[in-house]
Amino acid sequence: MILANSIKSFGSYLILMRRVLSRPQRWSVFFRQTLHEVYQLGMSSIPIVLLISFFIGAVICIQMKLNVESPWMPKFVVGYATREILLLEFSSSIMCLILSGKVGSNITSEIGTMRVTQQIDALEIMGVNSANFLILPKITALVSMMPILVTFSITAGIAGAYAIGEFTGIITAEDLTTGLQHEFRQWYIWCSIIKSFAFAFIITSVASFYGYRVTGGSIEVGQASTNAVVSCSVLILFSDIVLTQLLMQ
Amino acid sequence: MIEVISVCKEFNGQQVLKDITATFQNGKANLIIGQSGAGKTVLLKCIVGLFTPEEGKVLYDGRDISAMGKKETLKLRQEIGMLFQNSALFDSMSVLENVMFPLDMFSAMSYNERRERARFCLDRVGLIEAQYKNPDELSGGMQKRAAIARAIALEPKYLFCDEPNSGLDPQTSLKIDELIHDITKDFDITTIVNTHDMNSVMGIGDHVLFLSGGRLEWEGNKENILSSNNETLNNFLFSSDLVKKVKEMGAK
Repeated sequence: MILANSIKSFGSYLILMRRVLSRPQRWSVFFRQTLHEVYQLGMSSIPIVLLISFFIGAVICIQMKLNVESPWMPKFVVGYATREILLLEFSSSIMCLILSGKVGSNITSEIGTMRVTQQIDALEIMGVNSANFLILPKITALVSMMPILVTFSITAGIAGAYAIGEFTGIITAEDLTTGLQHEFRQWYIWCSIIKSFAFAFIITSVASFYGYRVTGGSIEVGQASTNAVVSCSVLILFSDIVLTQLLMQ
Repeated sequence: MIEVISVCKEFNGQQVLKDITATFQNGKANLIIGQSGAGKTVLLKCIVGLFTPEEGKVLYDGRDISAMGKKETLKLRQEIGMLFQNSALFDSMSVLENVMFPLDMFSAMSYNERRERARFCLDRVGLIEAQYKNPDELSGGMQKRAAIARAIALEPKYLFCDEPNSGLDPQTSLKIDELIHDITKDFDITTIVNTHDMNSVMGIGDHVLFLSGGRLEWEGNKENILSSNNETLNNFLFSSDLVKKVKEMGAK
């Protein structure tokens, strides 16, 4: 039963995506909507990304100092480990998990409310491809903004590590810089960015799918938002394994 | 003109519409009345193409909606204006933007021409002063009028209204009814109104269809509805004491 429902839902998702990923009916309206979504989904997420990344960067630095430091370990290893964690997992995967809560629930509740208040029916009656009109700008906006958010997250995390070193004296700026630069591989940044594209697509498309098929009222919209966030999180974690395996080998 | 021919619709094995056949003339306010659950909204959604009937067909000036291709359906959609029960205005847009929206999507007009057309429609429904407001700042009646302005922006040939008076006071309902009636006459469009408001029936009912249990029980107009011998219709009409008294006074 669960398997049958999952297959049915996946089929519905593919059908919806076929409608979403078609040519916009009016490019000018599409660009206007995309710009609106860039602000709504991307720009408005910058403060929370900076805040969380700054503190997590600081905490990772403290944890590394406390748990990794030993007399036979070079001092720069704290900076090295902080960089690797931020670059490889935190700023792409964990940040996208956090954003799936903020952005995903926002998208599902917005589209779900439009569905239950017949605004989507109104679009369909007018002859507008509502799936394309509502969802494609969101996907385009978040997919194009996510690499920027990831870059901001890495920068803020490193700034947090420097700040905690400066305020507590657990590591000098020179040691941290040496660690951050030690055996730096540019490919890791590209890995983060590639993963963020995939996660941004998952967040927007899955959250939109849950919102688009809501029936009922406000309780169902709330349930759909919760389900969307859970599904996005599971899918991000699962695809993280696949992408990490593919990209890091 | 819209023709509905032998339309049947069912949900989960339960038949909601049973062999409905009717013709809706243009330039007339066609009203579909009936109790809640009689199938009015389902019939309206079958006519506009939101539901596909299991049997029967819907013809728009002779064109079968179920046999239309993608392009033809899109063209037809632009000839349709619809007023939803809860207005369904886009709450991320101002009133003016709501009315401009169909023009933005489908007209070849310049921005200024679209804006002027939208302002004309808002003026037509008496809402020009509220053009920069958001839908949530409007009263129920004003929201309905804004939705009518949006529905007529593309100069539709067909106008559908689902319960246009629900949640409105009698005076505002009357104004909305008059507006729908005037627009129907002025633009010579085919209007179908879904209602259970007897004031609307007596005010603008050029052509009235009474549905009961998914069947078309009676067809007529506002002049002959009160003198009908149909028992089901009479039970529906005279369930209100007020209407009963009006009928008695009329008989005297």
